[in-house]
Amino acid sequence: MGAEPAGAVRGKGPRARRPRRAGQCWPWFGRRGSMKCLVTGSNVKVLGKAVHSLSRIGDELYLEPLEDGLSLRTVNSSRSAYACFLFAPLFFQQYQATTPGQDLLRCKILMKSFLSVFRSLVMLEKTVEKCCISLNGQSSRLVVQLHCKFGVRKTHNLSFQDCESLQAVFDPALCPHVLRAPARVLGEAVLPFPPALAEVTLGIGRGCRVILRSYHEEDADSTVRAMVTEVCLGEEDFQQLQAQEGAAITFCLKEFRGLLSFAESANLNLCIHFDAPGRPAIFTVKDSLLDGHFVLATLSETDSYSQDLGSLERHRPVPQLQAHSTPHPDDFANDDIDSYMIAMETTIGNEGSRALPSISLSPGPQPPQSPGSPSEEEDEAEPSTVPGTPPPKKFRSLFFGSILAPVGSPQGPSPVLAEDSEGEG
Amino acid sequence: MKFRGKIVDGACLNHFTRISNMIAKLAKTCTLRISPDKLNFILCDKLANGGVSMWCELEQENFFSEFQMEGFSAENNEIYLELTSENLSRALKTAQNARALKIKLTNKHFPCLTVSVELFSMSSSTRIATHDIPIKVIPRKLWKDLQEPMVPDPDVSIYLPVLKTMKSVVEKMKNISSHLVVEANRDGELNLKIETELVCVTTHFKDLGNPPLASESTSQDRNPEHMAEVHIDIRKLLQFLAGQQVNPTKALCMHRICHSGKKTLLLRVETNETYKRL
Repeated sequence: MGAEPAGAVRGKGPRARRPRRAGQCWPWFGRRGSMKCLVTGSNVKVLGKAVHSLSRIGDELYLEPLEDGLSLRTVNSSRSAYACFLFAPLFFQQYQATTPGQDLLRCKILMKSFLSVFRSLVMLEKTVEKCCISLNGQSSRLVVQLHCKFGVRKTHNLSFQDCESLQAVFDPALCPHVLRAPARVLGEAVLPFPPALAEVTLGIGRGCRVILRSYHEEDADSTVRAMVTEVCLGEEDFQQLQAQEGAAITFCLKEFRGLLSFAESANLNLCIHFDAPGRPAIFTVKDSLLDGHFVLATLSETDSYSQDLGSLERHRPVPQLQAHSTPHPDDFANDDIDSYMIAMETTIGNEGSRALPSISLSPGPQPPQSPGSPSEEEDEAEPSTVPGTPPPKKFRSLFFGSILAPVGSPQGPSPVLAEDSEGEG
Repeated sequence: MKFRGKIVDGACLNHFTRISNMIAKLAKTCTLRISPDKLNFILCDKLANGGVSMWCELEQENFFSEFQMEGFSAENNEIYLELTSENLSRALKTAQNARALKIKLTNKHFPCLTVSVELFSMSSSTRIATHDIPIKVIPRKLWKDLQEPMVPDPDVSIYLPVLKTMKSVVEKMKNISSHLVVEANRDGELNLKIETELVCVTTHFKDLGNPPLASESTSQDRNPEHMAEVHIDIRKLLQFLAGQQVNPTKALCMHRICHSGKKTLLLRVETNETYKRL
């Protein structure tokens, strides 16, 4: 029986009986301390928003109280996205990572369970005064208690699993390209994209304009092309823009939106560090009380770079990544579809049928064709740790380090993926 | 073939957006016809058991500050394009508070209608959102199927009640039956009726007013109180009503019974003359 949080309301009936712990091997049993932290005021909503943001990425939340603060991390099932929030001790009214002399705790919770505590942000803002998160080394429950108005107290006992620390190996300082802008600017920039859009390409065009373009995987079977949306931002919108023209990456927009909505609500600046296509892109937000990192895999290149500055080839030909908003008056320079029309009319005349030619019959200048079938871009080192993983995305998985020793030991870039110690298999 | 247009006025932009939203609600794909004076949205959906066709006409002058086009040829100075209506409405949605909107026909690796929206931004530089909507150019041979429908002289023509009211009535009726009877007479009375085995519900609208008869040849001796009735699919009517976001100056509906016994219901909304034949 572990200590119960003071003031907890518990029934006395059979349902209150503490469930037996599943047969796990807990080698640290007895040496593990307790964690306790108390969040008050508007920080409760910030914490809630962070959890919402993390829930866009993965299904499991790794909660680890460190000396530097409380860290909440998650990774997606294909290991192509990793997210981490670190809340400094000052974020909390009270923060105790562990009882003195005891080992730090680490636990893994179902994201759905943790999210359900913070489900309604409106409710958090309006009624919750304090939030207390505690974890007793001997108990099998993570207790989250919301102290609300009018003396209402909501206690959530969440079961968790012991786990290893989840660490992704990345270093923003190693990335040659950096962009920094208020989250609001980026939020406005992604508005024109359809909410269902999976991937987006971010690149630097001519004149240092930052371009975001919707990315659609080429589907040889589909006759219906998707609409392509492109948003162009000026250099002035960014507080920091350190990138070469022509640099571009393609990443998952849905995952990025998770961090973006958090950063917008907290009114923070968002920093994007990126490298060559295929290398992970790092999105960060920071203020004095918290630190957020989202590391997303990017699409790697199959074709070689074209010689033109400002253009980037992919496995399907795309228009050059240049600004459309050049100040000179539009002319019809690239509007000429007469040649297309001639070809079309000729085809119909020959066949004598009413069928329209397929759209690909473009006699215009053909960019170098890449092989029709999607090329193998799967990373050889990407094992599918979870059976029944969603259809393989053409992303490289991130490399994770495995931490068995206590936090503080240096991590080399070892290509070993973190293994969850799922005792029950 | 070339086409280029620019809209700078906020109200025009808004109106154009609402029209495209209406089209998007009515049909997945539609045909856009561009001619020197007009833009038309056309939908031809001939189904076996009574299809829906729609014809919408806009005077380009009312919307565009700049408008240039060059059609297929000098004699056939028109352009017919087929596109997914939702793409256009989504592209225009971006333009809600835009400074300007440019739309043009381009061929960036595939023929498309490029909608370029110039947005307001806090900084001095402009922010541009561009949407490339893929299109299919419709060959001249098929143009004859896409002409303005002949509006035959109706038997009864009546102004509709407030569309919002009509929509809420029809929506409730949809839960009971899939077919609706629309009855109207020349006395300004309109009935919406549903009949099932168990129940019969009729909503009566009175004092609606009838537009003046188009021609003398329509039967003058018709009893004004005599109702002309038409059976239609309730969902199609609802689709039409749900799509109405443009506040019409007039909305009217015409019944027509032609010689073969085929009945047609024509709904016409005038701000831009949208015909929908059910």
